[in-house]
Amino acid sequence: MIEVVINSEWCKGCGLCVHFCPKDCLSMGSEINAKGYSYPVFGNEEECNGCTACGKLCPDLAINIYRYKDI
Amino acid sequence: MGKKILVSGNEAVGYGAIYAGCTHYFGYPITPQNEVIEFFAREFPKIGRSFLQADSEVSSINMVGGAAAAGVRAMTTTSSTAFSLMQEGLSAIAAMEVPCVVVDVQRGGPGAGSTQHAQMDYLLATRGSHGDYFNMVLAPFSVQETFETIQLAFHLADKYRHPVLVLTDGIMGQMEESVDLKTVEFEPLPEKDWAVTGSRERGLKRNFLHNSPGILGFMTGDTYRSNLERSYAKYKRMKDTEVRYQAKDLDDAEIILIAYGSTARVTARAQYEARAEGLKVGMIRPITLWPFPTDIIKKYAEKVKGFIVVEDTMGQMVEDVKCVVAEKTEVHLVGFLDRHLPTSTGMILPDVVLNRIKAVA
Amino acid sequence: MMAEADSRKVLCEPPKSRLPVESPLCPGCQHGVIGRILGEVIDELGIQGDTICIAGVGCHAMILFTTNVDFLQALHGRAPGIGTGVKRGLNGKKIVFTVQGDGDLASIGMGDIIHAAIRGEKLTVIFCNNSAYGTTGGQMAPTTLVGQSTTTSPGGRQYESAGFPVHIAELLATFPGVAYSARCAVTSLAEYAKTKKALKTAFQKQIDGVGLSIVEILSACPPSLKLNSVKAVEWIKEHMMAEFPLGEFKNVDETLPAYILKGS
Repeated sequence: MIEVVINSEWCKGCGLCVHFCPKDCLSMGSEINAKGYSYPVFGNEEECNGCTACGKLCPDLAINIYRYKDI
Repeated sequence: MGKKILVSGNEAVGYGAIYAGCTHYFGYPITPQNEVIEFFAREFPKIGRSFLQADSEVSSINMVGGAAAAGVRAMTTTSSTAFSLMQEGLSAIAAMEVPCVVVDVQRGGPGAGSTQHAQMDYLLATRGSHGDYFNMVLAPFSVQETFETIQLAFHLADKYRHPVLVLTDGIMGQMEESVDLKTVEFEPLPEKDWAVTGSRERGLKRNFLHNSPGILGFMTGDTYRSNLERSYAKYKRMKDTEVRYQAKDLDDAEIILIAYGSTARVTARAQYEARAEGLKVGMIRPITLWPFPTDIIKKYAEKVKGFIVVEDTMGQMVEDVKCVVAEKTEVHLVGFLDRHLPTSTGMILPDVVLNRIKAVA
Repeated sequence: MMAEADSRKVLCEPPKSRLPVESPLCPGCQHGVIGRILGEVIDELGIQGDTICIAGVGCHAMILFTTNVDFLQALHGRAPGIGTGVKRGLNGKKIVFTVQGDGDLASIGMGDIIHAAIRGEKLTVIFCNNSAYGTTGGQMAPTTLVGQSTTTSPGGRQYESAGFPVHIAELLATFPGVAYSARCAVTSLAEYAKTKKALKTAFQKQIDGVGLSIVEILSACPPSLKLNSVKAVEWIKEHMMAEFPLGEFKNVDETLPAYILKGS
């Protein structure tokens, strides 16, 4: 299982993660952070293969990604 | 006593640097300081120290800033035209609070001016370039003193974490005198724990040096205001404790001569001859041009008939003297127009100073 | 807890040498990605405590807020000179790199970088090319494309009067003192990996004492381009890469002169 953790306070809502995700697992959410930016939400979780494109290409380093072994 | 050698003022700069423990020299050729860069190119590699001919004075001053920021004693030398090129770098080094030494073997200006002697960089050296800062400026008047002044300059630079300039000129640089090679002893200095050397030994706690107090000051716990207040407290300490000058025959003086560097030699001769003729003439030779020896001038401003400033310019240091004297007495200039020739090789000779003494007396 | 730790594998976290602070850059500015790659390379080479960064003047210098290594801020264009001083001041024993933008390196600091290359200075240069002056508000840079509108080339850069974009990676590759020169981008995960490999190689050239190494990285600046973040990246792929081809232009293990005069 892949966990994508969005650091919403560091996010500036640029949307590059949504753009770079090859599996459409991310979409811009409706909530806004303290700076007034909307930030993405992780969904469609079963499709995520942990490619890390969203995290590595996030200019604000606002996405952490973890893989959990299936129990 | 150390070993005695006969060298030029320019070479004495090099010997001074070796005795001061300067390990890194960066420079660029320009007349009349070429013997200095050639000295370092020749001598530094022999003793395992670092010489580099930079691509310009813009680069050499920045290289000095980098090496000094890494914690070593670094210096450069140049002459007037190119001293102008270093101004941006010097302002940044002052802002970074990095100690280094810059020697300006002055030539004539403005522009490329002449390749001969002059003292026309006084205002640029003592006032510095853009922004609120001052250089500390030392002005030796002999080859021996040049050798010792370089050592003093490195000490003061480290003491205050600040650039120190040494002003000589074409005459000072080219003339030869004997030098007693000896290490000048100074008080101990603090560790350079601010140097950028890699953070491993500091447990990855990084050192950070910047030249923009109004932008990055907060990174080191400063506001723009507190940064400038701190640097001005430093300038006040320099003014209070580092003023250096040589005074002679002031007690009964009716006329006091003021001169630094090569013109101080001429002036000293005129003062000696004036005394021999029974004229009550004294002399003050500023050794620090910044901080300027204002107190001693102020002390005699109400007692003497006049001051005569001798400098090889159209009038720069004379303005500082007038500022201190505040119209309490007359201030005269023996300057560039008093040279014995109208060409770039013209010099101010003792006779012209003596004649002016007699005219004022 | 142990079981939980064992069962979790980190795929993406900020590098250790990256300070845990928010980026000060604009939304969508790819300089942030460059900073991340730099952090990963520093971590993997284990050089955090032995490295000094010289930042130029421009948005690229914002890296100083986020990268935890010894830091020195240079004047505009002067980072190669300052870096030379630091490198030689530390007798070549430490790793020194500069981060410079296209205004800093290719305009005001062109002479400085050329001469660092001529000397084969043992420095690594990270050249962030975003085709405009970002910090001052999007003016024309030496790397601005012909036809590209900026605030000082309002109708698009005219080559008849304003000349042509300069190709730094190719230019520096021509100098004997340069050990490594490459142009990269961060427009996809694949390009990210190539950029990281290039930067690692560049640092390794310095560690091995070969010569100057430079990695030019194309970086999207949405405000200068007046495009949103996604379109700015697409613009890099469509237009900037047409002018500035990606690739490795030099990779040598020793730097040697073409001719040596003997017996002088």
